[in-house]
Amino acid sequence: MRKIIKFTTDYVGYVVKGGPKFYAWLGFLGIFVLFWMYGNYMQWTEGMIVTGLTDQVSWGLYLANFVFLVGVAAGAVTVVFPAYVYKHKALHEVAVLGEMLAIAAVVMCLLFVFNHMGRPDRVWHMLPYIGIFNWPNSMLTWDVLVLSVYLVLNVVGGFYFLYMKYTDQKLNKLFYMPIIYIAIVWALSIHTVTGFLLNTMPARPLWHTGMMPIRFIITAFAAGPSLIIIVFLTIRKNTKLWIKDEAINMLSQIIVWCLGIALFLTLSEVVTDLYHPTEHSAGLEYLMLGHNGLNRLVPWFWSSLAMMVVAFVMLLFPSVRKNHNKLVVACVLAFVGIWIEKGMGLLIPGSIPSPIGEFTEYYPTLLEIFNSIGNWAIGFIVLTVLLKGAIGILLGDIKYAKE
Amino acid sequence: MTDKKAPKNNPDIEQTSTCDTTEPSEKNKETESVSPSRRGFIKQMGGLSVASLMGTAALLTHSDDAEANTTWAEWFQGNYRLMTDEEKEQAIARLERRYTSEFGKQVTVDGTPAQEGVLFGYALNIQKCIGCRRCVKACVEENNQSRGDKQEIEWIRVLKMEKGEFTIDKMNDGYPGGYGIQVGGNAYSAAGVVLEGEHYYEPKKVPESDSFYFPIACMQCEKPPCVKVCPVRTTYREPDGIVVVDYNWCIGCRMCIGACPYWARRFNWGEPNLSSKDMNPKTHYLGNRPRMKGVVEKCTFCIQRTRKGRYPACVEVCPVGARKFGNLLDPDSEVRRVLARKRMFRLKADANTYPKFFYFID
Repeated sequence: MRKIIKFTTDYVGYVVKGGPKFYAWLGFLGIFVLFWMYGNYMQWTEGMIVTGLTDQVSWGLYLANFVFLVGVAAGAVTVVFPAYVYKHKALHEVAVLGEMLAIAAVVMCLLFVFNHMGRPDRVWHMLPYIGIFNWPNSMLTWDVLVLSVYLVLNVVGGFYFLYMKYTDQKLNKLFYMPIIYIAIVWALSIHTVTGFLLNTMPARPLWHTGMMPIRFIITAFAAGPSLIIIVFLTIRKNTKLWIKDEAINMLSQIIVWCLGIALFLTLSEVVTDLYHPTEHSAGLEYLMLGHNGLNRLVPWFWSSLAMMVVAFVMLLFPSVRKNHNKLVVACVLAFVGIWIEKGMGLLIPGSIPSPIGEFTEYYPTLLEIFNSIGNWAIGFIVLTVLLKGAIGILLGDIKYAKE
Repeated sequence: MTDKKAPKNNPDIEQTSTCDTTEPSEKNKETESVSPSRRGFIKQMGGLSVASLMGTAALLTHSDDAEANTTWAEWFQGNYRLMTDEEKEQAIARLERRYTSEFGKQVTVDGTPAQEGVLFGYALNIQKCIGCRRCVKACVEENNQSRGDKQEIEWIRVLKMEKGEFTIDKMNDGYPGGYGIQVGGNAYSAAGVVLEGEHYYEPKKVPESDSFYFPIACMQCEKPPCVKVCPVRTTYREPDGIVVVDYNWCIGCRMCIGACPYWARRFNWGEPNLSSKDMNPKTHYLGNRPRMKGVVEKCTFCIQRTRKGRYPACVEVCPVGARKFGNLLDPDSEVRRVLARKRMFRLKADANTYPKFFYFID
């Protein structure tokens, strides 16, 4: 017990202390949190009327970010899977960082869900026994289930590993390995269920396709490692932890494969829907070409496609993958491109046209944007702190000292 | 915010011979019998549960405190469907107290359950509808929807469907041209999708000669997609077939809005705007009682009326008798007779939702 208390105090003591760069970074994120506080206060008191959502487009920026971040959380498995299944040495050394990223991503998911809810004060209505958990009927309850279990798996797996490292004990493989393997499969489940959440609604033809879960997973496995590469290179630059080139090479190869498949799936969908467009293709047509002058999403679609294609082509060249300056550019393009694809490119046109054929454009309000950026900022604060602690333990900066 | 362009005025009806307002049958008689003993009842129940303790406290103390206690008790209450009869009485008494003080007039909240042997159904004659939208207005007045520019909620929307135009000079229009017209000519027009109509029309007079009208509202599906997706079962199908929402249990996730193929559900994006003057004080817990911000609402076949043997407000007001309502299990009911004799269809039958809202033509 004393060990655990010591671990906690050492850990907290370590993560709150840092150099000027560290504080500047947190301060920078903190500015967005101030806007976030204002935005949330307004939404709490006035209701969701402060957002740009309407009865026609009732799911917007919040849910779009949620869907994307579930993908980022699932994408963390691209570190854990090669590390433990293929015994990839370089990734094995830093696998715990992937788990920390997953935790931060799930935290952001939860923040976005709370923003999306009209009555966040009533969230307890979903708790089994106290409230009603409409499981297995409601796909949303599946999503809650898989996400919270994924969070627990990563917190337990990640911090168990860190604690054992801290106390210099050997991992209990019988306890640890099952958690890792379950978490790997579970990562697939979270994004599959998010896909099902959308595509089980025949009322929304754009989403009603069996391709949704695989497209989600494939794009997640491109966006997730893109972020991880950026994070890894930042860590290499700013800390003493040297993440090996092999780790980054492995990840960039995963990205290029997944981006290629993602583009292929997009092509398949476009051809299927638009060769002979039916009523059910109206959402995709609106997204790609606009509708009678309503074309707010058109530039988003094409810029997303361009970013993904450019990233894919760049990453095909080993010279780009090896040159980390160019690699970062490709990663940013892939990450942003997929963020657009899942938000402006998928979630919003799902509601346009409405089930009775009405085209309504959606304009997120400033407060909605404050809240969304704020959620990201909080997520990055969590990520920074978690990574700092994990790196400290991996480097041996924090160690259990016997008195 | 919602229904931004919702029409505000009701155009005058062009008086035509089809405007025969049919006299409703015996079912339309007012059979109001609200029991006055609910208040007394809750006083006796005090001390049985946390909620009732709070309710009692609310009765004994005054003003702001009372309201605060009522609100807390309301916040802690369970799902209406699963409440015991006592809890339902308490919840209703709490609401009556709150609404009465909020709106400054005596408000009743009814809890009449579904009657045995009743399955409500609706039939609408699209041949007769003239698009006057009196049903929309009557619905809003009856059901306490939010009104005003900031948030205007209407459960019924009337789609104006334009009749096609075919002319000789369009004969050579088409795509791709040159190799013979593969797509084009007269019958090809890029009119909307799914339902080729629009619901913001504002003509001087209805009906317009180039259009017909197609009213929509909640279809009260026998297989409602909205019910299946609700994570907390706040929306459910009652035994008499009405799909209802417990506004106090709704978490505002809007899954149901996504799942509804008929765009029947509305969301209270902000605090509903309902003045004391406009408020209809005869309410039902699952129907027209005032809503709060952040919850979903929709047509309930005027549950507060129909469970007491009255017609829905839209049926009563329709000047051309296009709207028919009744018990689908009663072979002599109007709606059954319509279904037996007329050519009818359900909207979006491909969605497999089995609406109890039928469209018919003479």
